[in-house]
Amino acid sequence: KMRRGVGAGAIAKKKLAELEPHISHMCIIFIPMSKQLETFKTHLEEFASKHKQEIRKNPQFRVQFQEMCATIGVDPLASGKGFWSEMLGVGDFYYELGVQIIEVCLALKHRNGGLITLDELHQRVLKGRGKYAQEVSQDDLVRAIKKLKVMGNGFGMIPVGGSYLVQSVPAELNMDHTVVLQLAEKKGYVTVSEIKDSLKWEKERACHVLDHLLKEGLAWLDSQAAGEAQYWLPALFSELTSRDVTPEEANQMTP
Amino acid sequence: MDRFSWSNGLLEINETLVIQQRGVRLYDGDDKAKLDLGVTLLSTHRLIWRDIKNHECCIAMPLSQIIFFEEQAAGIGKSAKIVIHLHPVPANKEPGPYQYSKYSYIKLSFKEHGQIEFYRRLTEEMTKKRWENTPVSQPIPTGTGSQAGKTRAVGIVGIERKIEEKRKETDKNISEAFEDLSKLMVKAKEMVELSRSIANKIKDKQGDITEDETIRFKAYLLSMGIANPVTRETHGSGTHYHLQLAKQLGDMLQAPLEERGGMMALTEVYCLVNRARGMELLSPEDLVNACKMFESLKLPLRLRVFDSGVMVVQLQSHSEEEMIASALDNVSEKGSLTAEEFAKLLGLSVLLSKERLLLAEKMGHLCRDDSVEGLRFYPNLF
Repeated sequence: KMRRGVGAGAIAKKKLAELEPHISHMCIIFIPMSKQLETFKTHLEEFASKHKQEIRKNPQFRVQFQEMCATIGVDPLASGKGFWSEMLGVGDFYYELGVQIIEVCLALKHRNGGLITLDELHQRVLKGRGKYAQEVSQDDLVRAIKKLKVMGNGFGMIPVGGSYLVQSVPAELNMDHTVVLQLAEKKGYVTVSEIKDSLKWEKERACHVLDHLLKEGLAWLDSQAAGEAQYWLPALFSELTSRDVTPEEANQMTP
Repeated sequence: MDRFSWSNGLLEINETLVIQQRGVRLYDGDDKAKLDLGVTLLSTHRLIWRDIKNHECCIAMPLSQIIFFEEQAAGIGKSAKIVIHLHPVPANKEPGPYQYSKYSYIKLSFKEHGQIEFYRRLTEEMTKKRWENTPVSQPIPTGTGSQAGKTRAVGIVGIERKIEEKRKETDKNISEAFEDLSKLMVKAKEMVELSRSIANKIKDKQGDITEDETIRFKAYLLSMGIANPVTRETHGSGTHYHLQLAKQLGDMLQAPLEERGGMMALTEVYCLVNRARGMELLSPEDLVNACKMFESLKLPLRLRVFDSGVMVVQLQSHSEEEMIASALDNVSEKGSLTAEEFAKLLGLSVLLSKERLLLAEKMGHLCRDDSVEGLRFYPNLF
């Protein structure tokens, strides 16, 4: 053994060697991470001080922002505790919108079974927000709805007639149901014959789908319609008529 | 109000101003329009309205949109109005303040009077229909600046210039914002790449990493909004933030849960909590991650997911057996129940009462009768 190994220097070296695996973790994880985080936070603060208004006021800017985040693999809406949310205020904007969407859907569920057009949802949310609130675009609604999905209440979007139907109940809707909804979009109702003619289905399949929609409260049956029974989708009503169904009319139709 | 289009308020050649009146508020049908007080102008061709304070806010509608109009007398606390009934929106209408209206009429409310004269002039113009003799080529689109030779500012050159300046400044601000955004995103991307390299190193040193370090890393990911690439769970995908949140929720939800029969849909909780907070709201994921921690924190609440996917928070004290037993009692007493009827009975939401009935059915205590009239549950006598 060399005499050189003994002494304060040697002891320090030995200690260092023991600590080394842990130090390497700190070097890898803590130091660059914390440093980078602080730097980034500063950049974000700077950006926020100049452009926070733009995000709040300008729906187009929000779209750009969201798409850029998605491209780099960042979800600015993942957490209210995230930097994006805290410093840019994006979080509160969308989370509040989420609350408003849930409330509108809940309020109308008894009428439309939990299915509403994106247009009607948009109108009603805007109305609820009042005239001094920030503008909200349909893109904003769509993003807010995507976030709501994580809470498992059956939130989803069904493409219909160039736009979407927003579903807010866990009713199971497969391709057959969706296709019938799309067929009904033009007039707000559909008949068995129309399904048979347009989709080339057999009567049984058409009836099976329509029965399911009736059971889930998404369709109402007008058996007194001239000719053939009509299956009406309340979700599609407001698109066509600007008045609500009166109680008398509602009595004629059976949910 | 959806018949109006944005306008710069400049009159066309051949278009003459007939009368203008201050202190006018617009109504969309019976509802106050989301605009403030303004000046309303009647020309030979159009009905124009401009915000008194914000001159850039200017809208117009061709007089040909008007079917007929009538006076509405003043009342106590109510100004006199002119109600104007309108043709449906034409397909080629330029954008305006309202995309859609359920009304086919508007009202002009004259806060500073002047309705008598305005009504008289409007009647005159609607009779003469001078716009038919001297048509203007097409509605003036906003924001594209003047089309040389087609428009002539009639005494409002200053306003046009101001609009143009404001627009240039706005454009400049926006392009600067976009530029800064791009630069920010480049830096954010670096953060994402760093997180990936750290995640890889963590994977390599699996077992050599302390829980504390893992939690710190998760907090880092949370701040940046980056999905967690390392699947090793300590407290779910939660962090200290979620831990604290879970405790707060434990306190906050006790009473509401008891009021609602021990169970609330997660979306209901989301609304309740965020409405109470007012700001610094929770994201849906924050809520889910916090609720996942109830069990490990030994709080008296649980997050539960039904087969349908519906997620609820329920009080631990409400045991499953009790719920099912009482559901069975209720159904037996009434002979049969639908989810709606059950909901009314318990004061629960239809969604949750349905879940309870389904659960009781799953346990074999109830059976169903599924018909077009609805889903009805009966005691299972088999």
